[in-house]
Amino acid sequence: MLIRRPTGIKPSEITSQSLYRGRREFIRAAAVLGTAGGLAAASLLTPRDARSATKFADLKKGPFNTDEPLTAFESITTYNNYYEFGTDKEDPSANAGKLKTRPWTVKVEGEVKKPRTFDIEDLLKLAPLEERIYRMRCVEGWSMVIPWVGYPLSDLIKRVEPTGNAKFLEFYTLLDPEQMPGQKQPILDWPYVEGLRMDEAMHPLTLLSVGLYGRPLPNQNGAPVRMVVPWKYGFKSAKSIVRIRFTSQQPKVSWELSAPNEYGFYSNVNPTVDHPRWSQAKERRIGEFRKRETLMFNGYGDQVAGLYAGMDLKKFF
Amino acid sequence: MVLQPRYVTWIKTAAFFACLIPLARLAWLGVHNRLGANPIEYITHSSGWWTLAFLLITLSVTPLRRLLNQPWLLRLRRMFGLFAFFYACLHFTTYVWLDQFFDWPEIVKDVGKRPFITVGFSAFVLLIPLAATSTNAMVKRLGGRRWQILHRLVYAIAALGVLHFWWLVKKDITEPFIFASLLALVLIIRLLYLLKQQRSASPPSAARSQVA
Repeated sequence: MLIRRPTGIKPSEITSQSLYRGRREFIRAAAVLGTAGGLAAASLLTPRDARSATKFADLKKGPFNTDEPLTAFESITTYNNYYEFGTDKEDPSANAGKLKTRPWTVKVEGEVKKPRTFDIEDLLKLAPLEERIYRMRCVEGWSMVIPWVGYPLSDLIKRVEPTGNAKFLEFYTLLDPEQMPGQKQPILDWPYVEGLRMDEAMHPLTLLSVGLYGRPLPNQNGAPVRMVVPWKYGFKSAKSIVRIRFTSQQPKVSWELSAPNEYGFYSNVNPTVDHPRWSQAKERRIGEFRKRETLMFNGYGDQVAGLYAGMDLKKFF
Repeated sequence: MVLQPRYVTWIKTAAFFACLIPLARLAWLGVHNRLGANPIEYITHSSGWWTLAFLLITLSVTPLRRLLNQPWLLRLRRMFGLFAFFYACLHFTTYVWLDQFFDWPEIVKDVGKRPFITVGFSAFVLLIPLAATSTNAMVKRLGGRRWQILHRLVYAIAALGVLHFWWLVKKDITEPFIFASLLALVLIIRLLYLLKQQRSASPPSAARSQVA
């Protein structure tokens, strides 16, 4: 296990945080100028970084941003779980190159008055993009701080006008073993399905994300569009979404189906409810040496505890 | 074919340095900052993986010695076994120091409450008497027969080690399955030899001493 040498980006190619911030300032200024020339100059000024050309130009700072130090771009993009590309943490960055994120559509259907298939270009313009700096806690006991780009999922939900029967949402990841070689192994019952209760989906923290570190999502992080639900364990945030379905019944979600005693539908970050095989009381923030205490609802209790008032969270884990 | 003793010494020396490669590799990766985003997890998994690998290498010596008819292979077995213990110590130290940072109440809780840690810890504890009785002097002191009975614990240790790996992984059991299959293979070969010897006319005492 983990014998593979980390591949991919050399440390010298990583945008330092100060440069990243500086570049963000520059791009903001360029956007104010609002000229194509200004943007061209921005890409000329950083010719080594091919990715800068596709950076989002005018991100507004979102609410709820944490001021904790960001996890390095390299760590976020080379160490994560995305079983569609393999089960080792380095597999997604090694194997996600074949994923084609254009053309891409997201079908929104079910208990809605206006079902619609969104083209990814339309989704990108559906609402103003924000930078949301959230903590991310993996169910395995490690965590990161990630500057996502996106807008509240509620902006999308309002467009399709859910009916009175809409109580839950299902999110479907792309099913295509040719592009997603991990799907050739019956590790999970593909496609990956995740779900949220309607009030969770409407919560202002719940993000429909299209990017991180100011640029479009790398394939291995769920391109072109994914969920980010920061008070739940990471696997609750579906990646590379092709379908969203509104339902009246609680969905059967992938990890819950695979091991119902280990992974529940809610999967809220909770230091007092252990995974059957390991403690959830602590976590290792990637980049840090000592473990830190895990916070209830991953530190978003002030915002979301009310959603679960009166519920036994040991039962509804 | 009989190897001259000096060749065996050379092979043993070369094998000793080869056994240090996994450690050297970890050190090299560490110095060059190549242990990935979660270095502690990387070291934990790597040292655990090599513990299991050396346990299986140790258990392969006797079947290989017989199948290939190379008696000198036996002279490498103790060294492989001690390297299994060495990587197990590295694995355990990584857990206690780097992972838990000497949080003893948490460690005690972990060992008692998490089955995969319980079996892993048991395997480690059981390895200690084997390492401690690995010298020629200890073999003499115990007597060959008693020493051999004690050292049959290695079968249980290897099984617990594989179980520890199996229960740890979240979903993809490919690697634990490979380790389990290899362990089953070396045990089945032993069983076949045992049956063969029991069927043959050789006296039972001689057959027993062949089983190692």
